[in-house]
Amino acid sequence: MFDFLGRSFPDWEIPLREWTNSAVNWLVAQYGSVFDAITDALLFLLVRVEQGLAWLPWWLVVLAVVALVWHAFGRKIFPALLMGGLMILVGTFGLWSEMMTTIALMVVATAVTIVIGIPIGIFMAKSDSVRAVLKPILDGMQTMPSFVYLVPVIMFFGLGNVAAIFATFVYAVPPVIRLTDLGIRLVDKEVIEASRSFGASSRQTLFEVQLPLAMPNIMAGINQTIMMALAMVVIASMIGARGLGQEVLRGLQRGDVGLGLEAGLSIVILAIIMDRITQGYSRRGQAATQGA
Amino acid sequence: MSKLSVRNLYKIFGRKPKDVLEKVRNGLGKEETLAKTGHTVGLNDISLDIEEGETFVIMGLSGSGKSTMIRCLNRLIEPTAGEILIDGVDIVNLKKHEMQALRREKMGMVFQHFALLPHRTVIENVAYGLKLQKVDRSKRREIARHWTEVVGLKGYEEARPSELSGGMQQRVGLARALATDPEILLMDEAFSALDPLIRTEMQDELMRLQAELHKTIVFITHDLDEALRLGDRVAILKDGQLVQLGTPEEILTSPADDYVEAFVKNVDRSKVLTAGSVAVDIPTVGIETAPDALLKELAPVYSGTAYVTGPAGRYLGVVTAAELRQGVRRGDKDLREVVGESAPTVDTTDTLSKLFSVAAASETPIVVVDSEDYFQGVLTYRQVLEALDNSDTQVASTATRAEPRQAELAQS
Ligand SMILES: Nc1ncnc2c1ncn2[C@@H]1O[C@H](COP(=O)(O)OP(=O)(O)OP(=O)(O)O)[C@@H](O)[C@H]1O
Ligand SMILES: [Mg+2]
Repeated sequence: MFDFLGRSFPDWEIPLREWTNSAVNWLVAQYGSVFDAITDALLFLLVRVEQGLAWLPWWLVVLAVVALVWHAFGRKIFPALLMGGLMILVGTFGLWSEMMTTIALMVVATAVTIVIGIPIGIFMAKSDSVRAVLKPILDGMQTMPSFVYLVPVIMFFGLGNVAAIFATFVYAVPPVIRLTDLGIRLVDKEVIEASRSFGASSRQTLFEVQLPLAMPNIMAGINQTIMMALAMVVIASMIGARGLGQEVLRGLQRGDVGLGLEAGLSIVILAIIMDRITQGYSRRGQAATQGA
Repeated sequence: MSKLSVRNLYKIFGRKPKDVLEKVRNGLGKEETLAKTGHTVGLNDISLDIEEGETFVIMGLSGSGKSTMIRCLNRLIEPTAGEILIDGVDIVNLKKHEMQALRREKMGMVFQHFALLPHRTVIENVAYGLKLQKVDRSKRREIARHWTEVVGLKGYEEARPSELSGGMQQRVGLARALATDPEILLMDEAFSALDPLIRTEMQDELMRLQAELHKTIVFITHDLDEALRLGDRVAILKDGQLVQLGTPEEILTSPADDYVEAFVKNVDRSKVLTAGSVAVDIPTVGIETAPDALLKELAPVYSGTAYVTGPAGRYLGVVTAAELRQGVRRGDKDLREVVGESAPTVDTTDTLSKLFSVAAASETPIVVVDSEDYFQGVLTYRQVLEALDNSDTQVASTATRAEPRQAELAQS
């Protein structure tokens, strides 16, 4: 029947799918070596960190966490001991080595995210036009379901840990960028003027005034990034990342609710520990820059 | 050559300031410019000279362009057009790094809200300019320690700014600006955020330091009392234009227009007007004058008192008609024997606020002399009160209107 009311959509076609596919293919063909180099470098880093953590005696790792929490938390002993206890609990689930693998993945993924995110945040703070371009991109990155970009990430980097790192990066980088930008923009204008009025170059002003004063916000960004990275752990395991996420996945696939719970609980514990440490430092930074 | 000269300086805020400049040059006012072009006129054709060692005050209401003006002087704000000469060099054309070097070497700035680095200690803040000058660590700590002490903060070297009161924080701000020994000190409402008492204290502190250091100070305030107290000269801005420039007394006694007059109205004149500016000059007589000749003139003209000067013109004292008569009887040739010191003397630079008790206690007019003892005139309590009355802005000509005023004063 002649569809004059338009009950079904006409076949106007914008071939976004074809474009995207051919773009991805083209990138892989053209810059395959670049992606390989990045993959190798990240893999090298990851293996080193993982080996290092595996090599350490378990009690030393627990002790290090206790010391870090203690230091970050204004030398209070109770939260520090609690965190240490929680770590040991994960060990008793038989998930110690998985936890070390996940920590290694976390460390590398957040390091990459921070190292790339903070400079982007700085550019964003320095230029309104960079900000105008980046803001919608960041919004997009945060709202897009992560499964959507898992596919091209796998195409670029293959299945495995490196792809997981990249997926984590895409998912977790917006908060560092945003909060670096915000932190720098919130620095008292008069203090920046003071720095300039005594003859500081813009680089000196950035490193000696703006970044230190933006630190509490940047730390809050890092904290969020770490939390989001942990949230990616399970999803990342779908594209081949090992560690706790993989155990959760295994539990799901086998209908082993107990295993799923243990692994899930371990991820939560890891999240709490990392949150405590970064928040502690963020708060201390705030105290240092705002007195009180 | 002036230390700092500003020539036809314009600052227009907005997207295309150069395009709007022509219109402003042709007389488009601040409000019309904003309405027609969406641009804000910050500064409009400012020209002025600031001399070495002078405390130059810029004042005006909020939005009149004071902060813009002072920030153009070190190019924290880039002027749209015009010249700024420091020691004869036009700094508007300096390259970025040259300008930074100039700020490091020659200029210090003090801010309204102190603008200290909150993550650094007091001494690190004071040393900040020195650090930028690449003075080595031990040396700059030594210099910073010295200036911290000069501003009265000895013992607080390792404190954080947030641990200090507002007044103390601004002392740190002042020490930081002075530590590099700059020739020019820029102070944007430096004391405006402080309590009145602390504020006066800081003004005193600044005047004390300035008496020793002789910096060229550009001081911004919206408070006329402060302007008149600190300033050797005062410039008044309105809508980015210079409406009056003069000494505090000139501003006070002959305001250029209603805008300035409105400012002047509420000022405490007794703290600004000096004995010299209010004194009425009258003829004096030389010490060699013969008593009998003087006596003939004296009675009708000076209500019986004459002011005597020595051979070099310096003030010696007063004689009254009664004393003169004694001299005539004794057969004196001149006034040496009869001249006395019955009239109180004050210095030309004394402000009227210091004269109240003297004026009240004295039967005779007060004699005003300058620092070298030259006679500058006399003044009575009536003239002091006259000068303080600001219900009428034309205060200067006290002498001619002394008589009708007397009746008014008696009533009140
Ligand atoms: N960055 C800017 N962009 C646009 N307009 C500005 C900017 N800075 C100042 N102005 C405008 O320029 C004019 C002068 O401002 P300025 O800050 O110099 O005034 P001020 O005399 O220091 O006032 P206040 O006593 O409030 O500090 C005002 O109308 C102000 O709105
Ligand atoms: Mg201002």
